[in-house]
Amino acid sequence: MVAIKELPRDEYIELGHAACAGCGATIAIRHALKALGGNTILTVPACCMSVIQGLFPKNALHLPVLNTAFETAGAAASGIAAGLKFMGKDKDINVMAWAGDGGTYDIGIQALSGAAERKTNFIYTCYNNESYGNTGQQRSGATPYGAFSTTTPIIGKQEHRKPMARIMAEHGIPYTASISAAYPRLVFETYSKAKDIVGTRFIEIHAMCPTGWRCATWDSVKFGKLAVETGVWIMWEKEGEEWRFLGRSKQIAEGKVQRKPVMDYLKPQGRFRTLIKDSKKVKEFERGIEREWDILKQKVSC
Amino acid sequence: MSKIVSVTGNHSASWAARTAIPAVIAAYPITPQTTIVEKIAEFVENGDLKSEYVRVESEHSAMAACIGASALGLRTFTATSSHGLALMHEMLHWAGRARLPVVMPVVNRSLGPPWNIWVDHTDTMSQRDTGWIQFYASNNQEVYDTVLMLFRLCEDPKVLLPGMVALDAYILSHTFTSIEVYDYEEIIDFLPTYEAGHWKLNPKDPMAIGNIAGPEYYYELSYAVHEGFEAARKMIPKVEADFKKHFGRAHGGFIDTYQCDDAEVIFIALGTMGEEAQLAVEELRNEGIRAGSARIRVFRPFPAEQIQTLAQKAKAFVVVDRSLSYGHLGGVVTEIRSALYRSGQTIPVQGVIAGLGGRDVRHTDIKKLIQLGFDVADKGEAMPDIFYGLKR
Ligand SMILES: Cc1ncc(C[n+]2csc(CCOP(=O)(O)OP(=O)(O)O)c2C)c(N)n1
Ligand code: SF4
Ligand SMILES: [Mg+2]
Repeated sequence: MVAIKELPRDEYIELGHAACAGCGATIAIRHALKALGGNTILTVPACCMSVIQGLFPKNALHLPVLNTAFETAGAAASGIAAGLKFMGKDKDINVMAWAGDGGTYDIGIQALSGAAERKTNFIYTCYNNESYGNTGQQRSGATPYGAFSTTTPIIGKQEHRKPMARIMAEHGIPYTASISAAYPRLVFETYSKAKDIVGTRFIEIHAMCPTGWRCATWDSVKFGKLAVETGVWIMWEKEGEEWRFLGRSKQIAEGKVQRKPVMDYLKPQGRFRTLIKDSKKVKEFERGIEREWDILKQKVSC
Repeated sequence: MSKIVSVTGNHSASWAARTAIPAVIAAYPITPQTTIVEKIAEFVENGDLKSEYVRVESEHSAMAACIGASALGLRTFTATSSHGLALMHEMLHWAGRARLPVVMPVVNRSLGPPWNIWVDHTDTMSQRDTGWIQFYASNNQEVYDTVLMLFRLCEDPKVLLPGMVALDAYILSHTFTSIEVYDYEEIIDFLPTYEAGHWKLNPKDPMAIGNIAGPEYYYELSYAVHEGFEAARKMIPKVEADFKKHFGRAHGGFIDTYQCDDAEVIFIALGTMGEEAQLAVEELRNEGIRAGSARIRVFRPFPAEQIQTLAQKAKAFVVVDRSLSYGHLGGVVTEIRSALYRSGQTIPVQGVIAGLGGRDVRHTDIKKLIQLGFDVADKGEAMPDIFYGLKR
């Protein structure tokens, strides 16, 4: 793992951006761009990153950025990739779509799936803060079972999240990863690796969101890590046909460390306040997690 | 029992849904519409509203889901704004041409790029030709009342069209006032349960909606939509009169006029700017200036006849569009000139573009524009259209 002092000093997201304090998505893009470098074109659909980059006429991102409509990240990137190919520059310039979970799991899945099926040469990042942050925390297809959102305000969400990264891996793309913004060096390494692969690369980053998760901003990284340490979020990658667990999730899978109790993660977050009062629901939450572990363990071992 | 609640324009729309009890609500969040659907989620989860609420994954799907439910002959409701409305565009045509009475508040917001979440009428103006009845509201009670009126109007067997009520972002959507709301039992005489006729998906009486119809049929089917609008034109005054009978309120029919009887210059706009104009008119009247305000409330069907009547006595119109049809003019002024050309009336119509992307238009601005209308009236000729407040 790269040492912190070896991380490139270049910054492609400047101070003065408009993210909330403790925003995981911002930690993630900072380290992803350090790996990709300045020869990168970004396309960003409607999401928190539309806001984080700052208000016109300024912009905190030090790269060309095409802001695009909410449902279009995969398609807009397809156009950029095609144009670069036409100009013969597709080998020199990275194309990255940077979308939220709403723009990926929900409204943007069609454009993303199409781009992957066409083997479009680009990196698609889904930073997953598990709700619609931009519009004030409505539920998404990524919102965990039982979590509060402003469109599931009383009972909590009644469905489990989609296994989005697995869905993308099953498109047969050359690289898929599921990581977390709580481990910035892993973010850097994942993008460093993805950069040199040709074809569609899908990277999902679990992105702490104190505003939506209803937890203290200064505990943001702690909660990102707790998600992994409790096994609620699983870090893995699929390179070619090979599936591997990553980081702490690897240690858990290999039995080297024990998973912490799920309650350690759920209890302090306001969004799970109703869920934790109902032991049946907590069981159902845990069942969803176990199911994902079982499926991934099979993938990794075969 | 009817009660007074202190709510935003958005929650007025949510309350109207709660009162009318649509069978199916399918919606997707977008700023500044979001609080409409959040409140509805709360009503549904509280058990206060027994609708099936589908939290779809896009606006395109929201409208498609409403179409599916409406095709069963059920009352349906959604709400959106801006990019959400734009993404619905294809399905708006589908609802209009399939004659499905979906009702939808739309919070007026600009379109990107750049992202901008403030008031602008480009979103609804761009949907002019989709076969949707269009109302524009100017206060919270009117939002609530118009949703109820729209259900009644749209579900009328002679009309059978979808309808939207537009409300200005923030100025209405996020501003609180007190409004009167009802339980469904109190409005059932005004708005009976929706009983679709034969035009629905029913295994006992099967029929198909929307299979291919060649050139020998398509034109007539388009004309039938147009006839629906003409039926709506006849029904709108009746629905409003009946609403007034039941609830003691009306909002001005097609055009909400203020001091127009003896006005020399009439200021015409949609939405809250039309309401703001009343204040401007009042102040000008105090100075002895004969100004009037005509707030167009119904944009489709377009009230051409009412415009012609207004032009009979006035010396000039000042028409403000909060949207711009790039390469031509504003949408409203174009319609007004066309209506007057048809009747051979030649009063000058001064076109003005103002307030795009949430730029504030105050009653003091409106006073200036009305005063300009007097210059135009004197000259007997309008100036080239004005881009009011444009920084260069
Ligand atoms: C067609 C369309 N519908 C709705 C919106 C409003 N909208 C903007 S961002 C957003 C939610 C984004 O959620 P996500 O992709 O998870 O990103 P986050 O904001 O959480 O970072 C919504 C609903 C829009 N801009 N366009
Ligand atoms: S709402 Fe969440 S994801 Fe969005 S900027 Fe704030 S912390 Fe970041
Ligand atoms: Mg999100």
